[in-house]
Amino acid sequence: MDSTVTTGAEDNVWGGGNRPLGASYGKLMMWFFIVSDALTFSGFLVSYGFSRFKFIETWPIADEVFTHVPFFHGNYPMYYVAFMTFILIMSSVTMVLAVDAGHRMMKNRVIWYMFLTIIGGAIFVGSQAWEWATFIKGDFGALETKGGRILQFVNAETGERAALADFSKTLPEERVKHEGSNGIWYQKEGYKTSYSLNEVVEGFKASPNILIRTETINEEGEKTLLTRQESLAKLKDAKLVVEGANLIRNEYGSRLFADFFFFITGFHGFHVFSGVVINVIIFFNVILGTYERRGHYEMVEKVGLYWHFVDLVWVFVFTFFYLV
Amino acid sequence: MAHEHKLEIFRGLLKFKSNTQKIWGVLAFLTLVTAIEVGLGIAKPELFTKNYFLGMKLLNWIFIILTLVKAYYIAWDFMHLRDEKSALRRAIVWTPIFLVSYLIFILLFEADYIYNVFKDGFLSWNF
Repeated sequence: MDSTVTTGAEDNVWGGGNRPLGASYGKLMMWFFIVSDALTFSGFLVSYGFSRFKFIETWPIADEVFTHVPFFHGNYPMYYVAFMTFILIMSSVTMVLAVDAGHRMMKNRVIWYMFLTIIGGAIFVGSQAWEWATFIKGDFGALETKGGRILQFVNAETGERAALADFSKTLPEERVKHEGSNGIWYQKEGYKTSYSLNEVVEGFKASPNILIRTETINEEGEKTLLTRQESLAKLKDAKLVVEGANLIRNEYGSRLFADFFFFITGFHGFHVFSGVVINVIIFFNVILGTYERRGHYEMVEKVGLYWHFVDLVWVFVFTFFYLV
Repeated sequence: MAHEHKLEIFRGLLKFKSNTQKIWGVLAFLTLVTAIEVGLGIAKPELFTKNYFLGMKLLNWIFIILTLVKAYYIAWDFMHLRDEKSALRRAIVWTPIFLVSYLIFILLFEADYIYNVFKDGFLSWNF
C-alpha cells in the first residue's frame, strides 16, 4: 500500500468524491424515481390513447361527462377541472417558494409555504373525490344494448338531454333487490337502478318527444341523434338500464372510458395523497428545526421535486382526459 | 449547496430580478396557457375543429403543444432543471421522450389497425 501515491482528490478521477452531475445522491435518486414513474404514467396514458383510437368514432365526449361544479346546478363543462388544475399549479408555486426560502435558510417562510402547499394538495384530493362521486352517481341514466353499447335520451323539443326520470313510467311491478343472504353469494345483485327496463321502454313509447342518441360521433363532432322511427327500432336492442358508472357499466358511453378514468385519475390521486403525507412529514421536520440543525434544506427540495412531478402528470392527465 | 439561478425565460427575452419574481412570472404564464386551453375547449372554434393534421383535429394538436409548453416550464423552472448541469438535464428529459415516442407510435398505429378491422372486417360489434 505504501507504493500507492495519493495526491489530491481533484486529480484522481477514480478515487471517488467526484460529482459529474453536480447533484447530491438523494436528488439523483429522486430523479431516477421520477423518470421511472413518468414512464409508468406514460404507459397508462398511451394505453388510454390505444383504446380511444380503437373506438375513435364512439368515444364519450369529455365536455358532456364532466359538467358539474359543487354547489351549482346547471351545465358547466370543464370549469371545475380547470379550477383543480389551477389549485395544483398554485400549490406547486408555494412549494418552489418553500424551496427558495430554504436555500436562504428562512425557517418561518418555509413553514408557511409548506403549510399552503399541503392545503392546496388537500383541496385537490378532496375535489377529485367529489369528481369521482359525481361520476359514479351518474347524470341522466341510459340503456345498454346486447352489444354493450349505450343509448342515451334527448328531448326533441329542447335538444337537451333527458333523464330517465323525465319520461319513465312507474309500473306496478314487484322488484326486490336480490341479496346475498337470500341465495348463493355469487348471485348477489351489484346495484339496482331506479327504473326497470320495462318501465323505461314503456315510458319511451308513451312520450313522442323523446329521441335516442347513440354513441357514434357525426361529422359535426356531436353524438348522432336518431329519428323517432329509428329510436323505436333501436329500443328493441336494449338489454338493461344503466345509471352512473363503475368498472363494469358506464352510462356515459364506452366502458373503457370509465375504467381508464378510475385507473388513471385514481393512480394520480394516490400520488397526490402520498405527496401530501410526505409533505406533512417534512413540514413537521421543518418546524422541529431538523434542517436548521443539518445546515441545509435539501430535503424540502427533494419532496418539492416529487410534488412538482405530481403537478406535471396532472397537466397531461388534464389534457388527455378532459381537453382532447 | 451553491445555487445560482438562471433568471431568464423565453430564451432571454424576459429577465427577472430575483428567483421569487421568476416563480410568480412562470405562474402567470402557466395560468394564461391553462386559461387559453379551457377557453378553446369551451368555444371550440370551427377553424380548429374542421381542419385536420395527421388525422387529428387542429384543436387537439394545439392542446397537446400547449401541454408540452406547460410541462417544459414546470420542469425547467419549478423543478429547476434550468439550473442543473446539461448532462443531468439531458439524461432526465431525453430518456422518457425517446421511449414514450416509440410507445405512442406503436400503440396508436396498432389501435388504428384494430379500428379498421372493427369497421371493415365483417365484424359486428354495434348491436
